[in-house]
This record gives sequence, C-alpha cells and structure tokens, in this order.
Amino acid sequence: MITSKTTFQGYRRENGRVGVRNHVLILPVDDLSNAAAEAVANNIKGTLAIPHPYGRLQFGADLDLHFRTLIGAGSNPNVAAVVVICIEESWAKKVVDGIAKTGKPVTGFGIELHGDHDTVMRASKVAKEYVQWASELKRVECPVSDLWVSCKCGESDTTSGCGSNPTVGNAFDKLEPLGATLCFGETTEITGGEQIVADRCANGEVRERFMMMFNRYQEVVERHKTSDLVDSQPTKGNIAGGLTTIEEKALGNIQKIGKKCKVIGVIDKAEVPTRPGLWFMDSSSAAAEMVTLCAASGYAVHLFPTGQGNVIGNPILPVIKLTANPRTARTMSEHIDLDVSGLLQRQKNLDQAGDELLEVMLRTCNGRLTAAEALGHREFVLTRLYESA
Amino acid sequence: MIHFVLHDPKDTVAVVVVEGVKAGQDLTGWIMDEDRTIQLKSQQDIPIGHKLALKDIKGGETIIKYGHDIGKAIADIKAGAHAHVHNIKTKRWSRALRRLT
Repeated sequence: MITSKTTFQGYRRENGRVGVRNHVLILPVDDLSNAAAEAVANNIKGTLAIPHPYGRLQFGADLDLHFRTLIGAGSNPNVAAVVVICIEESWAKKVVDGIAKTGKPVTGFGIELHGDHDTVMRASKVAKEYVQWASELKRVECPVSDLWVSCKCGESDTTSGCGSNPTVGNAFDKLEPLGATLCFGETTEITGGEQIVADRCANGEVRERFMMMFNRYQEVVERHKTSDLVDSQPTKGNIAGGLTTIEEKALGNIQKIGKKCKVIGVIDKAEVPTRPGLWFMDSSSAAAEMVTLCAASGYAVHLFPTGQGNVIGNPILPVIKLTANPRTARTMSEHIDLDVSGLLQRQKNLDQAGDELLEVMLRTCNGRLTAAEALGHREFVLTRLYESA
Repeated sequence: MIHFVLHDPKDTVAVVVVEGVKAGQDLTGWIMDEDRTIQLKSQQDIPIGHKLALKDIKGGETIIKYGHDIGKAIADIKAGAHAHVHNIKTKRWSRALRRLT
C-alpha cells in the first residue's frame, strides 16, 4: 500500500526536481552530430549518447518542437549533466542555454571550424569530468509527491482494456491524491472516448482546450487519410490481438486514467506541466514518439501496459511494462516487468494489481533496472510536424 | 475457469481470455462491473483476445462494449460467433475522402 508516508530514493537536482536515474547525456542537436556524440560516449564509459535523425532545415512550429524536445530531454531530472554537440555552435548554445536553466552542468560544442576529431577530444574531456562528478551524487529519501509518472500503452489488444490499462488507472487513482504529477496522451487513440475524457476535465477551460487539441488532431487525420486508417489505427498487431475498431481501442486506452483522477490541465507536445495532478499531453500514439515526449516534459518514470508485446524502452525514462495477456507473459517474458494476467481469471482484483504495479514502480525508482533497460532498449524518437524546408 | 470477460452488462460482445476456445465449447463469462458469471456456447474457434457475440446481432446494429458504442455490424452475427473486422467496422474516419485544396 502506498501512502503519504511512502518514500523512494531519488536524485534531487539543482532545481528541486527529483530523478530516478543519473545519466550523463551526450546530446546531438542534429543528425550530422551523431557520429561525434557516439564517439564521445564510446570514449567515456558511463555516458549515454542519444542519436536521432533530425535537426536540419526544420522551421516554424516543427523547429520549436525540436528544440523543446532536446532541451526537455537534457533538463529531465533523470539526467545529471549534458554535453551538447551540434554542427553549428550557435544552435548548440541555444540548447545549452535552455538546459542551463535547470542549474545542472551542461557544455556545448560546435563541429564547424574544428572537425570531428578536435570536437570529440574537447567534448570527451568535459564528459569525463561530468561522469566522475555524477558518479559521486547520492540518492536521497523523497516523498511520492516528488514523482512525475507518465503512461502510454502499446501493441494493445483486448486484454489491455480489461486488465493492464485499468491496473495503471488504479495506480494513478492512488498516486494522484499523494501529489504526484501524472500524464497521458495519444490524441487519436481517444477517438470514440473523447466525451469520457472531456467529462473528466476539471473545468470548462480545460475541457475546451482538450477538445481543441482533439479536434486539431482529427483534422490532421482527415487531411492526410487515404482510407478509414484501417491499416494504421488499429494497427495490424492490435487487430491480430482482437481489437476491431478505433472506438474499442480508445475505450480501452482511457482505462489508464482510472476512475477518479480529474484532468487538471492540457499541454502541447513536450511542454512542462506546472503543478501536480493528471495532465493530458497532445501527442502521437506511436510508442517511442510519445514516451520521448514524456521524457522531454520532465517525467521520471513511465508505466507501459502492452497486450501483444511492445518491446519499447527509452534512454532517459525507465519504461515499466505490464501485460494482462497470459500468452504474451509466457512468450515474451523477458520484456515484461509485471504480469497481471491473473486479473482476467479473478485470481486477483484490480486493487491488488494496482498495488503490485506501484511496488514495481517504487523498486524501479529506487534503482532496479527495467526489462527494457536491461535489454538495451533506448528508442529516442523525435516527433516531426511536417517537411523540412 | 473464466473463458471470456465483459465490462458492462449492456455489452453485446465479450473478450476471450484463454487460448484454444473451440466451436461448440460451453464457456463461462465474467461480467467485471457486476462480478457475476454467465454461460454461452461458442459457435466457432476463437483466438485469445478476440471477441464473441453475446446475442444475435443484425447487420447495421451498433456494437456495445464498455457500455459504449464501438462501431457497427456489417453482417449478421450469431450469439457465440467470432466478432471482429470481418463483421464489425468503425463509425469514425470513414466518410468519403475530402478533396485536398
């Protein structure tokens, strides 16, 4: 049972936020800087490069989101210190200045006029100082109110809506009164259940903003669709798992927000919540994109129910996987942190499953590696809004 | 042994939660919201995670799960038969393509 007296051992950062990991990130701003970033991470053991394919010739809202996501990833409390590498020094500085607002150590390097060799050497010297400094930081006792917990489901099937998603909902209903900061998203995967979410919004203003975000995404689907999304939403994996329509998938999806939590606010992609409670974040429903946005918003631990067996992880955010599908628990056991299939045989009730999930979550926060971390899943996927210039 | 589960007593389909359900098998279902069980005979083999109809459903009828509308039948479905993409379709995103301007 989790109570207001429950604590975990976390890293309290310079800005007061609490992390559950202690990464030293080597962060490339663009695709061209991946090679240097990976070389630094290879030189300096215990650092972590997060390569990605974007960052050149983006503009407008898409560029804003790119910077917001990178600055958010570096600012995440699971990160102790950051080395930023960019082809252009001025854009490295932009990301450095954003991350520096947290007070954590961060230094940027531009490759132009230096080349990879010189950049890797200079960046490696700083990365070595950072990783030795970070290795002496100590975990301290923290209340549950310091926790930021996000959720998203993936490769869902019908057992997700019956078992694993309501388990997350039960955990959220217990975390919310203790002052945790929570998040859900997956805007298109609410299609068919949007009225239920709207009714859970804390007030008219939040409801209006939620419906604005929901309708905005519906317009994206309408503009680009070539069919009723029969090949994408539900996915082939969802359909193989027995999910038939987007409405059915959505009603299962929103079991994750429990029965009591109110939606207190709505954020755009990778924006940072401003107070405790349950937030809706407008986002893609693709697992790696959504979890990356949660990391950029500052969430420290992620609850991920799966039906057919999504194998996702994230470099910054520990992703805890649970399933209620007994076949998935058996055939993909190495990916599953918690098996709640007993729920569907009435061997345990939702309250017990929720408590089990919270226990796994607290152990993870205290330092236990998730299945995805042990298996090396580090999917860092930036959301793009449209073509580059 | 629970063979299938449904959320709301109003639901017209339920989810098979065990592997190897065969045609003609007597099945026990659990109505989760009311914590009581019901009995039904399967008409077909149904894979784990897939749905069966709880009553005879006519083509065009709305399908209810979680007590809510999850789409419409596009063929008649007999009680105990496999209910999935071959006889149920979404009501969303399905209108004629809008012309891009």
